[in-house]
Amino acid sequence: MNDSVQLKIYFTGVGGQGTLLASRVLGEAAMTAGYAVLVSETHGMAQRGGVVTSTVIIGALASPIISPGEADIVVSFEALEAFRALSRCHSQTVVITNTAAIIPYSVAIGQAHYPAVERLMELIAPQVGQLLTLGAETLAQQAGSSLAVNMVLLGALAQTGRLPFPGKIIAGVIATRTPPKHVDTNLRAFQLGQEAIARQVPPRKLKTA
Amino acid sequence: MHFLLAGQPGDKCLLLGNEAMARGALEAGVSLATTYPGTPASEIGDRLYQVARETELYFEYSVNEKVALEVAMGAAAAGLRTLCAMKHVGVNVAADTLITLAYAGVKGGLVLVSADDPAMFSSQNEQDNRYYARLSGLPLLEPASPQEAKDMVVYAFALSEALKLPVILRTTTRINHARGVVTLGRLKAPQPHGYFQKDPFRQVLVPMVARRAHARLLQQQALAAQEAEQCPFNDIQGQGPWGVVASGVSVNYVQDAIADLGLADRVTMLKLGFTHPLPAELIGAFLGQVEKVLVVEELEPYLEEALRAVAQSQGLTLPIQGKAPELFSRLYEYHPRLVRQVIARFFGIDYQPPEVLGPAQILGCPVPERPPTLCPGCPHQAMYYTIKIALEELGLDAVFPSDIGCYTLGLLPPLGMADYMISMGASIGTAAGISRATDQPVVAFIGDSTFFHAGIPPLVNAVHHRHNFLLVILDNGTTAMTGHQPHPGVKPAPPGYDGQRIDLKELVQALGVDAVKVVHPLQYAPTLQTVKELLSQSGVRVLISRAPCLLYVQRLTGHKKTRTFYVGPECHDCRHCLDYFGCPALHPSLVPSEGGRMVIDAALCAGCGFCSQWCEAIHAQ
Repeated sequence: MNDSVQLKIYFTGVGGQGTLLASRVLGEAAMTAGYAVLVSETHGMAQRGGVVTSTVIIGALASPIISPGEADIVVSFEALEAFRALSRCHSQTVVITNTAAIIPYSVAIGQAHYPAVERLMELIAPQVGQLLTLGAETLAQQAGSSLAVNMVLLGALAQTGRLPFPGKIIAGVIATRTPPKHVDTNLRAFQLGQEAIARQVPPRKLKTA
Repeated sequence: MHFLLAGQPGDKCLLLGNEAMARGALEAGVSLATTYPGTPASEIGDRLYQVARETELYFEYSVNEKVALEVAMGAAAAGLRTLCAMKHVGVNVAADTLITLAYAGVKGGLVLVSADDPAMFSSQNEQDNRYYARLSGLPLLEPASPQEAKDMVVYAFALSEALKLPVILRTTTRINHARGVVTLGRLKAPQPHGYFQKDPFRQVLVPMVARRAHARLLQQQALAAQEAEQCPFNDIQGQGPWGVVASGVSVNYVQDAIADLGLADRVTMLKLGFTHPLPAELIGAFLGQVEKVLVVEELEPYLEEALRAVAQSQGLTLPIQGKAPELFSRLYEYHPRLVRQVIARFFGIDYQPPEVLGPAQILGCPVPERPPTLCPGCPHQAMYYTIKIALEELGLDAVFPSDIGCYTLGLLPPLGMADYMISMGASIGTAAGISRATDQPVVAFIGDSTFFHAGIPPLVNAVHHRHNFLLVILDNGTTAMTGHQPHPGVKPAPPGYDGQRIDLKELVQALGVDAVKVVHPLQYAPTLQTVKELLSQSGVRVLISRAPCLLYVQRLTGHKKTRTFYVGPECHDCRHCLDYFGCPALHPSLVPSEGGRMVIDAALCAGCGFCSQWCEAIHAQ
């Protein structure tokens, strides 16, 4: 275990997408790998179709939340929420996002405009250290369930090489901590997420825990 | 076996603060626990409810926080260890009991968890409940992490029994809903039976008893103050001329700021966990060794003012600051960057935080908001629609007092059916006042759980005083907003739940209201007719809108939708559904080639079929 590790990971998505399970699995994996870890979650009213965020703080930090401008990694379950999360980013932040759009009701009824996803991505890219995009919904469906978007994104996160422990530790937590009847689908989704990023990012040597 | 029971002493688990407190209660041998659900406290009760099915622990979702505290205090008077959890505003409901309970004291340990909500993620105010400790004279603990939350519950039980006083454990959302690595202690079996030892001249708080009891409370407070001096949760850390004081989650922001700014050799931190009564000697010693002091605490200047009082009594004149325009605000929650900036500013350190990106600025226009919505298929939404139509057809313009629950989202357009909402149960009293003061028709809304919680006395009052309004009880069979906890009218009941069900209609009828009707809100035509009848009458009229919360039924039974609906080509684009109903599944097409015609998102559509009952263009797939 490396005492100098400090990693602030910000998850964002829409109520019902499974962001809380993703942050909890990552937190369990960090703990299994021997790191100090803190997770903070959104519960209550926001879960009714609103924005749901959570954070995973790995390493020698005491604060459970991430200030504006201070996330090292953003994992977004939705394109517009990735853009909104720019306020959490700095110039070196790695942003991983699902490119699928979930239309807010204000947009659906014409009171606001949802910008083109391509434009959102073009605007994010120059502001941050690295932008990685994937069609997580499609990959989740390939894995067997559109609900496995969270596992696809965890796979993508593991493959960036930014975590201080290998992806197989996350896979191990998925195998033991998600409902037995979904484990196969979840592991497939995790692997598809890894593969999608492996095609975009040159392999980076993993630090070992 | 429940995960909170499975862990062995020394095991490390990643626990939510609320789960850690539940585990702490189990390690303290809690015998009885009560709650009324409320964010951010809900998971404390939810986990103990689950655990109680496997152990001797008695747990109940009480009808409201006052009753929850009273059940807990009765058992504590009989010698059992009891825990009572609630959100901060729940303590207001329980306060009448709490303040005098402090006079009577307890025999078995009683721990009251108050979960405060700075920044109001799920609350109507951000009151600072530390003042309840000062008001009641009771000991107060404030954990800084999930581990400390667990350890403090165990400590609080011992403290409560040593002082024979209830102990208040005050958390905030970032403790309740933060997960941290928690090292478990040993579980202790609950004590199955207590015995109520009669002692009326201590426990019947008539004036002659209360006068002695108040004096006794002050004596116990003095003992509590001595305990606070020794308490391991109060601690002076580091050594340096600059003083920082913090409690609760702010302790973490301060620790990170000291590390980030490289101030370890310049700052002395007084970390306070036992914050009423405060350890005056420890504070005095701390003030004596620093040059100036910054107090870091969310919400009110509770510690700051207490520190100034200690300094004054010791003749110290060093600067003690916290809340100030250039320092900390009394508004909302803090975060690491803010605390780092204020510490740097207060002690004159050059620190420039990195720039924060502005998404709206980068986009060149506001980023579309994503407020929470009522779910597709929500029976509340259907009821709101029908009342809107009925009022329009009768040419009435009504005022809508509302209450606390998912249905408060009826505030949002296009429904716009919440005009006044303050606190649990207040819709009914408010309706009486507005209808007395004006000629405007009044239609009040309250949920079933909220009605049981605080709606019955104001309805009795309305009947007795012959007030004039329509009360709609939105009866979805559960406490939906906080995670589907059962209440006295629960339907369907969760498997194994054996609470005696109280029928809302029979209850309301027994109160003698002028009219009571039950409708199924997803059946449009009969509901509309009933609503119009009730709106045309006078007196206290009650409409029970009975249909289960769709999410609840799905979770309980695994029931999946069997059909979805679509908009047919005969739609003539009147937009009535958008202007009056506002189901999230029903919106203009976003596919450019479809020219903005109305469509139903099949993935979102719950299949309730309500819209097809008033729009001829909507059909089942």
